[in-house]
Amino acid sequence: MNRVLVYIEHDDGVIAETSMQALTFGGGLGEVEVVSVGETALGGWQIQHPLLTDYAPEAIAESLAQLVGAEMPGVVLAGGTERGNEVMAHVAALLDLPLAANVTEVRPSGDAWDLTRIRWGGSLLEEATLTAIVKLATVAPHVIEAANFPFRAATVFTPELADELARTMVFERVTLSEGITLTTAPVVVSGGRGVGSPEGFAVLEELAGMLGGAVGCSRVVTNNGWRPHSDQVGQTGTRVAPNLYIACGISGAIQHWVGMMASKNVLAINNDAEAPMVTKADYAVIGDLHPILDAIVAEVRRRRAG
Amino acid sequence: MRLLVCVKRVPAPGARINLTEDAQAIDARHLSFTVSPHEECAVEEAIRLKEIHGGSVTVMTLGPAEAEEQLRYAVSVGADQAALLVTNGSDWDPQATAAALAARIAEAEAADGVFDLILVGNESADSGGYQVGVRVAHTLGRPIVGGIKGLAIEDGFVSARRETGSAVEVYRLPLPAMVAVKEGINLPRYPTLPGRLKAKKAEVASAPASANPGGLVMNRLLTPAEQKTTTTILGRGPEAAPAVVDLFEELGLL
Repeated sequence: MNRVLVYIEHDDGVIAETSMQALTFGGGLGEVEVVSVGETALGGWQIQHPLLTDYAPEAIAESLAQLVGAEMPGVVLAGGTERGNEVMAHVAALLDLPLAANVTEVRPSGDAWDLTRIRWGGSLLEEATLTAIVKLATVAPHVIEAANFPFRAATVFTPELADELARTMVFERVTLSEGITLTTAPVVVSGGRGVGSPEGFAVLEELAGMLGGAVGCSRVVTNNGWRPHSDQVGQTGTRVAPNLYIACGISGAIQHWVGMMASKNVLAINNDAEAPMVTKADYAVIGDLHPILDAIVAEVRRRRAG
Repeated sequence: MRLLVCVKRVPAPGARINLTEDAQAIDARHLSFTVSPHEECAVEEAIRLKEIHGGSVTVMTLGPAEAEEQLRYAVSVGADQAALLVTNGSDWDPQATAAALAARIAEAEAADGVFDLILVGNESADSGGYQVGVRVAHTLGRPIVGGIKGLAIEDGFVSARRETGSAVEVYRLPLPAMVAVKEGINLPRYPTLPGRLKAKKAEVASAPASANPGGLVMNRLLTPAEQKTTTTILGRGPEAAPAVVDLFEELGLL
């Protein structure tokens, strides 16, 4: 049976959903062994070292590479997250092995893997062949539903780490206040070029406030300096998956679409009935967005008063 | 201060990506090309660091001969030197790309001195392998951190900020170092007319690159199956407001 090491991310023992998905994905490829870093015993391999007091990509990867060298598994997986991709890239560089990032499917073919992975943030797929003694991959988020995983007793693995590896550990951590953020908001009211100006976003702010949501925007808007980049939804901005995504004056370029395609419902407000955002949306209102938004805000207010 | 930025030439797709008939590439006949967005910001950040600390910015890419266009763009906004590793335009895997870049960087450093800071994009817009920068860093023996949205250099260290959603992490790397940056670290400037003229005349140091393929071979590209949605038109103009608010109620948002 193929041994599959899965590096999981956790916060004081609370395992990231993407890591649970990677465990489930790994279960389809062989016998899964959990690998975690830190004081919390989660079962499987527990990497412990005095140097590892916070996230430290180089040191964690060095630990993983040593574990791989000692155990020689057939596969090492992680979730396709910022940290998962980063740690696995270091592991791949240390072991001089190929790495397939954001894999959606694996079809073993003899000693090699035929696999599918995402490109362009998910708007394109690539079929590739991975040939390596130890196969390294990260699992694209949300391609598989996480199943329960039977965690077993933990075995401590103590790597040998040079002091120098602390150079890339988190030096300082500033916790942000938890308000309604783009990623947690149940409604995102998002504006594009069609909003016309920074001031034009006032009515989007108002509607978002009424619905307990957050304001987002497209890349054109941040490039114009109308909104901060932290509001940008898209491939190079934030990925959102709200209950309702309201796209106001957004044409629906790929770069934007991949950032909000996981939304449960999409409402497009656009004066162009042929805009890709309109044709891909669940609901649409056609026309000039400002009078429409003003009317929606007034209607919400009227119903709340009545 | 010697600064280097590695960039990638990528197509700028609109609302749909079409593939070539052999499914080996994006059909770019009707597309323009650009620098991958994270890297456009990396170029801007390097120029800002030069403006603060002095020195020079070199921009480097591995790609087809046409990638000269992207290097000249970087020069037009303030880069000083440009180096192109010319390929035949085929898809290079990350191991081969990193090896060629690292070898060319080592050559440049042997000739003119070590780069204090090398900036790369967090991931390329097209292939998104998340690893070329890290592999280059390991070959050159430099520390690297990714996901960076803020940079400052002082006292022989680069301090780099990364957002995690609930926190901001600060890293402090001794120079020489590498960082992989993300869009949002800055708002890139547009080229000026003198910049464009300078870019036109700039010398691009071209050298052929030959691949030693790695273990991940791309076979073909495909478009994901589109989930066909039928769009319900709630109405036209402000008269649609009651229907929209009905939808809010249906979704339990009021």
